[in-house]
Amino acid sequence: METSIYTVVAFYGLALTILGAATLVVFARNIVHSVLFLALTFIAMAGLFLTLDADFIAAVQVLVYAGAVCIMVVFGIMLIQRADMKATNLFNRQLFTGGGVVALVVALCAVFAGRTAWAEMVAAEAVPEGTVQFIGALLMSKYVIPFEVAALLLLVALIGAIVLARDEEVKADAGD
Amino acid sequence: MLVEFALYHAWLVPLLPALAFGVIVFLTRPWPKLSAIVAVGSMAVACFFATLAAYGVFTNHEFVEKPLVYATRWFSLGLPGMPEVQIDVGVQLDPTSAMMLFMVSFIATFIFLYSIGYMEGDPGFSVFFSYLSLFGASMLLLVISSNLLQMFVAWGLVGLCSYLLIGFYSHKISAREAAKKAFVTCRVADFGLLLGLLALQIVFGTLNLTELSEKIAHFEEYTTFGMLTLIAVLVFIGPIGKSGQFPLHVWLPDAMEGPTPVSALIHAATMVVAGVYLVGRTLFLFHEVPSAMQLVAVTGGFTALFAATIAITQREIKRILAYSTVSQLGYMMLALGVGSLTASMFHLWTHAFFKALMFLGAGSVLHALHHKADVWEMGGLYKKMPITTWTFVIGGLAIAGIPPFAGFWSKDEILVATLSEGHYVLFAVGAFTAFLTAFYMWRMIFLAFFGEEKPENHPHESPWTMTVPLVVLAVGALGAGWVGTPWHNVWAEWIFFGHPHHGPVNYGAMLLSIVLAAAGIYLAYMLYLKDAKKKRARRLAEWFGPVYRMLYNKYYIDELYLWFNHALVDGTARLMYLFDIYVVDGIVNGIGGFAKLSGDGLRVFQSGRLQNYALIFFLGVLAVAVLMAFTGPSAASLVLGGVK
Amino acid sequence: MLAISLTHYVVLSALLFSIGLFGVLTKRNAVAVLICIELMLNAVNINLVAFSKYVTPTDFIGQIFSIFVITVAAAEVGVGLAIIIAIYRNRLSVNLDDFDWLKW
Repeated sequence: METSIYTVVAFYGLALTILGAATLVVFARNIVHSVLFLALTFIAMAGLFLTLDADFIAAVQVLVYAGAVCIMVVFGIMLIQRADMKATNLFNRQLFTGGGVVALVVALCAVFAGRTAWAEMVAAEAVPEGTVQFIGALLMSKYVIPFEVAALLLLVALIGAIVLARDEEVKADAGD
Repeated sequence: MLVEFALYHAWLVPLLPALAFGVIVFLTRPWPKLSAIVAVGSMAVACFFATLAAYGVFTNHEFVEKPLVYATRWFSLGLPGMPEVQIDVGVQLDPTSAMMLFMVSFIATFIFLYSIGYMEGDPGFSVFFSYLSLFGASMLLLVISSNLLQMFVAWGLVGLCSYLLIGFYSHKISAREAAKKAFVTCRVADFGLLLGLLALQIVFGTLNLTELSEKIAHFEEYTTFGMLTLIAVLVFIGPIGKSGQFPLHVWLPDAMEGPTPVSALIHAATMVVAGVYLVGRTLFLFHEVPSAMQLVAVTGGFTALFAATIAITQREIKRILAYSTVSQLGYMMLALGVGSLTASMFHLWTHAFFKALMFLGAGSVLHALHHKADVWEMGGLYKKMPITTWTFVIGGLAIAGIPPFAGFWSKDEILVATLSEGHYVLFAVGAFTAFLTAFYMWRMIFLAFFGEEKPENHPHESPWTMTVPLVVLAVGALGAGWVGTPWHNVWAEWIFFGHPHHGPVNYGAMLLSIVLAAAGIYLAYMLYLKDAKKKRARRLAEWFGPVYRMLYNKYYIDELYLWFNHALVDGTARLMYLFDIYVVDGIVNGIGGFAKLSGDGLRVFQSGRLQNYALIFFLGVLAVAVLMAFTGPSAASLVLGGVK
Repeated sequence: MLAISLTHYVVLSALLFSIGLFGVLTKRNAVAVLICIELMLNAVNINLVAFSKYVTPTDFIGQIFSIFVITVAAAEVGVGLAIIIAIYRNRLSVNLDDFDWLKW
């Protein structure tokens, strides 16, 4: 499949941004910095989705991840980390064992990637323009039950988060 | 009319005391006098019916050849692949059972009456009478059984009553121990009997006495001679225990821990003769097996002599009587072993009277002396207790075998039967035992009732409820044998096995037995009455020191059993204990230890830290991924427990 | 040879996943672990969308699944943060090494 030079440049640029930002997320010593790099990763990811002809997903990615999730995490951090933020994101004792396992995962992935005949899987057709209407139709017809379940899940998560995070004293007051 | 009714409703006889048992237990227990009246009354009515039934049997000669049998089906058991088992429960009335029915109910009535006086003031008065009633019911049921299984049930019930009554004074350790000993010993024997009965049922398909006697008469159609011998020996083990034959006699002397009426009723007159009765009932089985007959005869003869020698040295009045009972039971077995049902049942009949009499007399003495049992501490009781003394003397004359008292005729019958069957050694044993019997009985009588009075004793004659039975039984001890005199033997015309036996009158044997009995009494007189200081008796005991001690300690049989128990049973138990501790527990503890060790090893992995778990989890994921990649999905699904 | 193929995306996804996994296994701060889980989920999303484009371009299954993944991830962050806050209130710590109560 032919690809334009812009796509190639865009892919490599985005890929480097994603990997670099993700690495910084992990290695940053300040948790707030980590979250900022996370937002950067998410935005770059949205770009990557655009190169994959998934404009709706890209929009969702920006809205949900870069917007909602990152903000929520920042609020969470602000509720928890009160004093100094400098050394809030350190490694634990299993840095090297964890590194070893990750290396194994990478190695295995490489082996599998090498063993798989990717070219045979690729289909001939191109993705149609404007995916939103297709996705919308599918979500309301074939995948309506998972869709509703997801909605229910969000509701439950909402209530659960409120119940869990509610202050004990407030609860005690409400009880009186 | 009434006789007819009694004949065809003989099951009423055991039923009445059984009802009395229920009434006492559930209704009249708080009122001792009422309980006693219920028990004695029901037994008296039962005795009345039994007498009528016995009268009916003994006036109709048909019943000798063809017993009156009526039964109802108790249960039948059909198992696939096996012939159907049908068990009846019923009544078999023939002269033997009619005699027993009358004898048991008659003696029981008077012993019940006697118990009112003897047990007066005892806190367990009502309970005692309920037990006695239950015993009476079971014993009468045993007697009229038409079926060996029914008989075995009653056999077990009388064993239970024996246990309850021996241990009646349950505050005494010795009484509890004696009860336990009696029960366990009898159960050991009953196991043999049960095996024998099972074998009979399996081989012959029935336990009905009449059917069995017909089938065993030509047993070759059913089984081999060896099997029949085995069955006979197994069946005989039961009577060995119940009738106190050597080597299972040990429980009977200890059973004297029970109240004296119990000793008189159960351990002298009725229950202990159940073994003899059972052998008599199944004599058709033993008759086919000469070796079994031999066994019965030798066991009986040996027991008779053995127990008599022990009785010579004993000091407690009831113990002497107990060994004498064992000895007399040996006589009965001996008679059965030589094939004379007549003589055996005759001796059973007379023995019931004079031995019950003597036990009740002993009870009267104990009652008067506040349970001081050693005959050496008694003496001169005849002045204060005339009725007891003279009835006891009648009993002593009867058991010693002085004519015309009852014991003479029956003992003579046994000796003659032994002689006429050609068992000369057993005849000698029997005759010598007769001499010993006369000696030890009169030793006891001279020591206890005559001689010098002991100033520390304050005896008094017993109340009428106790003396009336004594007098009645004394009349029995005097006259019960007259039905079987050698000149006109009515007894032998009614009770016999095979054909009635009419031997010529054997004056030689008669003379010998009189001489031996008289010699025994004279010897006792010389040693224990004439020689007031008993110097000679003591000197004799010293001369025969080891023998005397051996006899006094009952041949150390109890010690032998104890040793056997300790060495063998406890030793095995000890071994098993060690096995259990070291091997069985070792395995269990080893498994536990293994689990603990492996847990100790594996707990390293349970750090409690989430990320550690995640790490291990991912290692597992990697392993599964590798497995799936390099061996295909089926092997991985195998590892994952069949998840497809 | 400058063509961008499925392989590129898959490799990118694998690397991102590995970075996320590394963070999950080695970070001490509970919030950081949560963030790294988001990275891993994103790596999965890349795969889903890439396969959707290259293998089943007209079915959109991959895209729909990635929408569900995003939904679940959002819910998970919400609940996860709530849990962390609740724990923090009890223990005054977000250090996962302190949370070893799974072993009693």
